[in-house]
Amino acid sequence: MNRAITPDSLMPYIGTALLIIAGSFFFPQILTFDYLTQQLQIAAFLGLLATGATIVILLGHIDLSVPWVLTGAAILSTALVGSGDPLLTALAVPAALAFGALIGIVNGIGVAILRIPSMVWTLAINSILLGLAVLNTGGFNPKGEASPLMVSMASGRVLGLPMSFLIWMAVCAVITLFLTRTPFGRYLRSIGYNEKATFLSGVSTPSVVFAAFALAGMCSAMGGVLLAGYANQAYQSMGDPFLLPTIAAVVIGGTSILGGRGGLFGTVGGALFITLLTSILSVMQIGDAWKSIVFGVIILAMLLFQTMRKGAHA
Amino acid sequence: MLDYIRSNRREVIAAIVLLVLLSLYLGTHPRGASTYVLTIWANQCLILGLAAIAQFFAVVVRGIDLSVGAVMALTNTLASHLLDGSAIGIGFGIVAVLAAGAACGLVNGLVVVYGRIQPIVVTLATASIFIGVALMLRPTPGGAINYDLADAVTLDVFGVPTALVLSGLLIFAFWIPFRRTGLGLGLYALGSSEQAAFQSGLDTRLIRIAAFTLAGLFGGVAGLYYSFVTTTGDAGIAANFTLNSIAAVVLGGVLLRGGVGSLVGAMAGAFILKTIASLMFFSGIPSLAQPLFEGLILAAAIAVGGADVLRARNRLEVFGR
Repeated sequence: MNRAITPDSLMPYIGTALLIIAGSFFFPQILTFDYLTQQLQIAAFLGLLATGATIVILLGHIDLSVPWVLTGAAILSTALVGSGDPLLTALAVPAALAFGALIGIVNGIGVAILRIPSMVWTLAINSILLGLAVLNTGGFNPKGEASPLMVSMASGRVLGLPMSFLIWMAVCAVITLFLTRTPFGRYLRSIGYNEKATFLSGVSTPSVVFAAFALAGMCSAMGGVLLAGYANQAYQSMGDPFLLPTIAAVVIGGTSILGGRGGLFGTVGGALFITLLTSILSVMQIGDAWKSIVFGVIILAMLLFQTMRKGAHA
Repeated sequence: MLDYIRSNRREVIAAIVLLVLLSLYLGTHPRGASTYVLTIWANQCLILGLAAIAQFFAVVVRGIDLSVGAVMALTNTLASHLLDGSAIGIGFGIVAVLAAGAACGLVNGLVVVYGRIQPIVVTLATASIFIGVALMLRPTPGGAINYDLADAVTLDVFGVPTALVLSGLLIFAFWIPFRRTGLGLGLYALGSSEQAAFQSGLDTRLIRIAAFTLAGLFGGVAGLYYSFVTTTGDAGIAANFTLNSIAAVVLGGVLLRGGVGSLVGAMAGAFILKTIASLMFFSGIPSLAQPLFEGLILAAAIAVGGADVLRARNRLEVFGR
């Protein structure tokens, strides 16, 4: 199970390649360097969120507070920059990450201590954050702007590659190290398999849950900072369209929604695949209705293919 | 009586919370406990109540249905095309709307059982498909519902809101008999222990498909009732109802790990959730702070429901839950 690259996790990469090849027949511009690197840049937003979601899903839980952690981090960072104070501007990104970690810990309290199903507890936290944002901004679009640092994180390029993509890869590399080379990673997966057995082996399971949710919160916050840098502002509900694609990216990357099985390698492929699929559907200029249907059918087809492949082996 | 309370502790707690909230609501409402106030309240509650029932059928077999809101959007947009015109046409339309809901549920059930994919992921994907179909039927909100029929089911009967009459009928004419049928028992057996259910000779696949079909059917009923209350079709209603239906069943004492809870509890949870929202409206809390208080109350209510953990005699007990 320690193998990072499983057939399941390769699936989205194959899908991505197929999308590019099939798409290029109809739209030759897909094969240009500009288009592909732009996709990498956009995929980083979804990818960072999916990275956090992978950690929580490996644990056997789910984090539905992603949309408003993202929005909250974006509002917080742009407001700090908007204050005009150089010190506060410099603190914008760390403050947003701290905010994400804090919410993650609140999520962890409900899940690990109160033993509330994560699906409802994180949902409640999400609506509290929504309430805080509405109270704070008066329901209008929040004031403030992105700092030059945030803009370059989201839209800058290094050696032709998008900065946001590099940040995403760096985060993935660090978290992969955590997951594969530290006890934390082993405990995380073993809780996903069997929490009781893990607890009985002497692992402090609550602290693992806390750390996992805090990491996930920081990933969501990072996604929010990048999105705010990309749009040069924060806006209400900016995170809502990301919730379900995030879960889809994790799952088609071969991570089991029940926990314990999977990894970040597949998630990266999943995020690339979903971003490219959405983009190509937009390029094709078909209506929202068909976009939604095709999206659902393709996700379902990939999942069915995964289980059928396993069925053939069993 | 005491035994009844003890064995239905969760439903009883939910009912008491609901009564307290409702009396608070009627107490603070400027127009007091009039039929008019109650009718509006009951209509809103019943829409979410039906969505929660849909969610309940998925949850009780240890599943979850993220397509509840999408099925509502689909059936709502379908109803906005079919429920206007001749009486026969409307009758046919109602049947078609409910059949569409059940068909959505059937698709979910078939993919879950024969595709062997987790319900949460299946319904995530099918929800996208259903919303697509709904958008095709109604790209922008619009359409019409026969007003006479809508009035008949959303106003009151001799001073009692029709929505409450319908809720009562649902519980006494559907749930209580249904609970005693083979399928009703099978749902709980499957949710409590799939292996035990299978070894007792139950057709677990059929039961799971039936549970998701029922979830779809009630999603359809919720969409239909939503159409009667709003008299338009709108494809954009999905996300809210899905998430609220999950919160509602949990508030109503239905356990997400399956096998525990009842339709009555799910409805009570939905009524509590809607009453909290209505209570906010007249509470004098500044309108900008209302979403925050709504969220805080939701979190507190769920946390209280989870307070059982404090009664656990040893730490191992909490893992079984």
